[in-house]
Order: sequence, then structure tokens, then C-alpha cells
Amino acid sequence: MARDNILHRVRTALGRSEGQPINPPPPVRLHVPPMNLESRIHGMLQRVSDLGGRTCHATSPQDACDFALGVIAGKPAIASNSPFLVECGITALPGVHSGITDREELRQLCATSPLGITSADYALADTGTLVMLASPQEARMISLLPPKHLAIVPSSRILSSLDELLTVLPYPAQQTSSMVLITGPSRTADIEQILIRGVHGPGELSVVLVG
Amino acid sequence: MSTGFDKKIHGALADANLQLAIYTATGRLKENRVRSVAPDQLPDYQELRTQANALKAHTIANLDHYLEEFERNVIAHGGKVVYCRDGAEVADFVLNLAKERSAKLIVKSKSMVSEEIDLNERLEHHGLESVETDLGEYIIQLAHQRPFHIVAPALHMTRYDVAEVFDRELHTGNETEPEKQTQIARRVLRDKFLRADIGISGANFLVADSGTLVLVENEGNIRLTTSAPKIHIAIAGIEKMIPRAQDLAVFLKLLARSTSGQALSVYTSFLSGPRRADEIDGPDEFYVVLLDNGRTKLLPDRAKRQSLYCIRCAACLNTCPVYRKIGGHSFPWVYSGPIGAIITPQFMGVTHEPALPFASSLCGACAEVCPVKIDIPQVLLDLRSDVKKVETREKNNRLEKLFFRLFAWLMTHPRVFAMSGRIGRRLPALKIGPVRAWTSQRALPSLPKQSFRDIWSRR
Repeated sequence: MARDNILHRVRTALGRSEGQPINPPPPVRLHVPPMNLESRIHGMLQRVSDLGGRTCHATSPQDACDFALGVIAGKPAIASNSPFLVECGITALPGVHSGITDREELRQLCATSPLGITSADYALADTGTLVMLASPQEARMISLLPPKHLAIVPSSRILSSLDELLTVLPYPAQQTSSMVLITGPSRTADIEQILIRGVHGPGELSVVLVG
Repeated sequence: MSTGFDKKIHGALADANLQLAIYTATGRLKENRVRSVAPDQLPDYQELRTQANALKAHTIANLDHYLEEFERNVIAHGGKVVYCRDGAEVADFVLNLAKERSAKLIVKSKSMVSEEIDLNERLEHHGLESVETDLGEYIIQLAHQRPFHIVAPALHMTRYDVAEVFDRELHTGNETEPEKQTQIARRVLRDKFLRADIGISGANFLVADSGTLVLVENEGNIRLTTSAPKIHIAIAGIEKMIPRAQDLAVFLKLLARSTSGQALSVYTSFLSGPRRADEIDGPDEFYVVLLDNGRTKLLPDRAKRQSLYCIRCAACLNTCPVYRKIGGHSFPWVYSGPIGAIITPQFMGVTHEPALPFASSLCGACAEVCPVKIDIPQVLLDLRSDVKKVETREKNNRLEKLFFRLFAWLMTHPRVFAMSGRIGRRLPALKIGPVRAWTSQRALPSLPKQSFRDIWSRR
């Protein structure tokens, strides 16, 4: 068996025996300095636009819908099943498909829609990151297949940093099979180091913070 | 130095376009890194490096414990763990699974481990289509080349080279605009993603306490590879382990900055098992292949073991005055630059390319930029000493070989043999030179007056 063989080789090389207890690993290093809501919102908006994304700070759901209408620009869009999108009235906007729970149907729609609309479980202010946990509310493909991605996120979900995220969620695997951190639009510099947006993922990213 | 190594180096040095391409690209990556780890951007950079080194040292020293913990947690989330000793075992596993599931098309995200074991060639040999999906890696695959750089595989190619390759392989005409070339790749590969039966990825980190794979990228091809097909296989070296998900706060802050100067890569995926019952999409099957392929050979030596701490950021390549002149293709194996110079001899044996550990000025720039503080110059010195030891042993072997060649010659020439016997019988027992030390303690049987051959010939 390759398994036993490899584990045996590792133990022999390290001078350890099977089941031998280990010394504790170095202590976890997480720093979460206090940060008020205003600086979280400001940081998030600033970082996203530095990365080439569009941003909007909506004080009301109506603001969010107005901005979303501009991004939708009269074309069809596929929206996730996030209750927050319903709450804001995004799913009721013309041309927006939502409420899909079948994998194949969703995939077809994502592959043909020019825009995917999601919420996000968290956002990280210091890097301009959206944190997406796969769930019945949020599918993986909506923020991935369409060439444009619009995320509508309550400001209360903005964390200061990756350190705060891993403090809040020490075991992401317990919540979901897939947690993705999205930091800016899809990009490459593989040909002559020239920055090009939108290789495989969305080349345009818009983030709306609500509240 | 092997003539192959020498020739490739001189070839790279003589190619002015290549020199410019390497210099520009690595220079830009280098500057981006420097900016992103400056005190105003990352004040605790040095503390993070120290922590990363301590974490890796601890994990590697207790690797068996963490491998088992990781395995338990992958299984708990519905995934499967497959241990493989070498590339042949990985290929067998993938081929068998493909056969059982009638899979034909595989999409791959860039992975140095799969380069290391020539996975594409092995799969294609058995009739599977295995397509690279990272833009640079896709270009390299179409051009039938090896990656030039650990994170920027097509760094040596110009847009005109790309146009030529695309036209030859995809019949796209002479398209020389990188923007449009990218769109061509997106179109071709999007179709592959949606039709693929299996997605194969690597892994940047294996998280023991959650059974989670962490994958870092900018393009989105890894997300597609790991989410679109019904089967996801991740192939990772056993040394990719880290103890806890919370340790990613350290490693993720260092990795993207060291690679390209980004605070975080565009997409960082934490993947734990197949899709859960209530999730809408994602793979139905999730396998993690844990590969040895020589890694356990690096464990016994406490000093050289640190070569396994590498997180493949390629900062050492971009900063290395040698890599920046001779480029990636001069190196004798898939891993290039300073990190390649220390892992290649340990994986392949020091005689694979004895000149490799000497192809360094020991300036120390690589150690200075390494986010996990691998002391590359020290390991190079240790390897130089290993090369010298092997060479000395070889030299002694040469004397031994010469003796046996003489002996064989004697035994196959009966006349000479008979004559040397006659001479030997007349000489006093040898008690001279280096032989004396041995004979002074032992009584040699004296040669009989008549040899057997003499007696036989008289009958």
C-alpha cells in the first residue's frame, strides 16, 4: 500500500513512531485592531476601485437598485438566491433571473448571461475582498461564468482584514465546501506582462455597499 | 558540467531578445514585491516570515501526524485521499477513475507537481485529452514547451511567438494583440470547461485541521477547474501541509506579495470536499492525491529538509542574478532558479547535473527575499559538498575499475596468464608498498612449485 509505505518512510526519516504525540505548533498569529464602520466602508470602496472595480455606497435599497439598473443596462442578468438581494428589491428588477436551484439550468444561464449578481458573506476592508461561501443561497458559478459580476453587500458584513475573517470563521470547512475570496476582477499578465482583465472569470467587478 | 547544461546557458546568453524579456519581466515582478512588503504596506513583514518559517519547520518535523489529521478531515467532508509514491501511480489512479466514469476530457489548472511527473503526457498517451487552462500554461502546452518560470510559464515568449503558436494550433490567423489573444484563449477554454469530465488542480496549501485545499490564482481558471466538472482531483506534494486554517493569515499575506506584489491574489479558494447536499453547484466527487515522488528523501537531513518549506512564490527566481541571465529553460529540471538548484539535486540525485549547485554566486539575494526564510545559499553549500563526496567516491571507483579491467584482460589471454604465473612463482612473496600493511598481519599461502596447468599438460 502506497499510503502505509509513504507514512512509514516519513516516520523513519523523522525518527517518529506511529501515533507519537507532537509538540504544540507555534501559537496562532492573528491581529484584529479595532476599526469603525466608517473606515471599513471607506477602505473597502477605496481598495475595490484601486483594483479596477466600480463601487457604490448606497444609503438605501433604492440607491442600490438604481446603481444595479445602470450595471444591468437593459440586458439579462442571473442573480443568486441570497435573501439580501430580495430584500433590496434586486431580484424584482427587469431582466433579472433568480431562484434557480437546479445545477444544469443555473449553469446554462450563467454561461449565457452577461451579468451575475450576488451578495457576499463578508467583505475585507484592507484588501477590497469579497468572501463568498457556497450555499443554497450562493452558487459558485454566478460570480464566475458571466463576464460581469455585481455584488451587493450589507455594510455590516465588512470585516477589517483576513485576520478578522479567520477569527470569525476559524474552520471554514464546517460551513461550506467552497469559500472563495475575490479580490478584484479576473486578470492575467501572462503575455509580455501586459495586464489584461477578464481571462476566465469576470473582467468587470462592481461592488455596492448598502447601509 | 554536462555539455547540455553548458550549451543551454550559452544559448540563452546569446539570445538578445530572450535576455531583454527575462530582464524586463523579472525586474517588474521584483519591484512589485519590494513595494508590497515595504514597511508602509506590511509593517510586520519580518515577523510574518519568522512565523511562516516556524510553522513550516514544525509541520515538516511532524509531517506524519499532519498527513493523518488532514486525511481524517478530508474523509469527514466526503472527500477521498489517495497516496501516490510516484508519477506512474498518479497516472494509474487518474486513468482508472477516468475509465470507470467514462471520462474523456480533462481540464487542468497550472501545477508544478503535474509538470514534475509529466502528467499530461502520461494521460494523453492513453487517449485522454488533458488541457491546461492557465493562459501562460496553455500557450506553453500548445508550443510543446516546459514552463520557463514557476509562476509565469510563458515569460520568455513575445506576443508574436504567441500569435504564431495560436495560428499553427488553433488557426486563428495572425492575431498579435494580447487582449485579443486572451479572448481567443477564453473562448476555446470556456468550451472545454463546460464539457470537461474531470478537473485536475494542484494545491498551494493543505490545511490539516480542516481537510481543506487552498488554491491561489488571478485568472479564474482554478475556480472553473475545481467547480465546473463533476469530478475534482487535486494533486499535491505532501510538503504542502500547514497545521490550521488560521495560519493562512500568515501564508496568504506573504505568498501573493512575494509572487507579484498583490496583497491577495484575485481568487483564493478554500475547498473542503465535494459539494454539500444543499449546495447548488460544485463537484460530486473530490479526491486529494498526496504525492511523495522523492520528497521523503529530503526529510532525514535536518539542514536540507528546509527545501521542503517552499511555497513556490518564485521571488528567488526574480531576484537571482543567475536566473535573470540564463533563464528557466537552462535548468536541468522543471524547477528553475535558486529553489530549483536546491531541490533538483535532492530529488534527482546530485549526479543528475553536478554543476547545478555551483551555478550560483552565493550572493544571498534568494535567502533575503524568501517568504519562508529558506537558507538557500547554505543548502547550496551542503549540496556542493555532496557533489564533491560523490566525485571522490567515483575517483576511487575508477582505480577499482581499472584493476578489474586488467584482471579480466589477464584471464582472457591464456599465454599472458601462464607467463605471469611463471614469473610470480620466482618472485618472493610481495611485502612491499601499500600491500605490506596487509601482509604484515597475515600469512599468504605460498604458490606451489607447479601450477595445475603444468601438471595437466604433462599427463
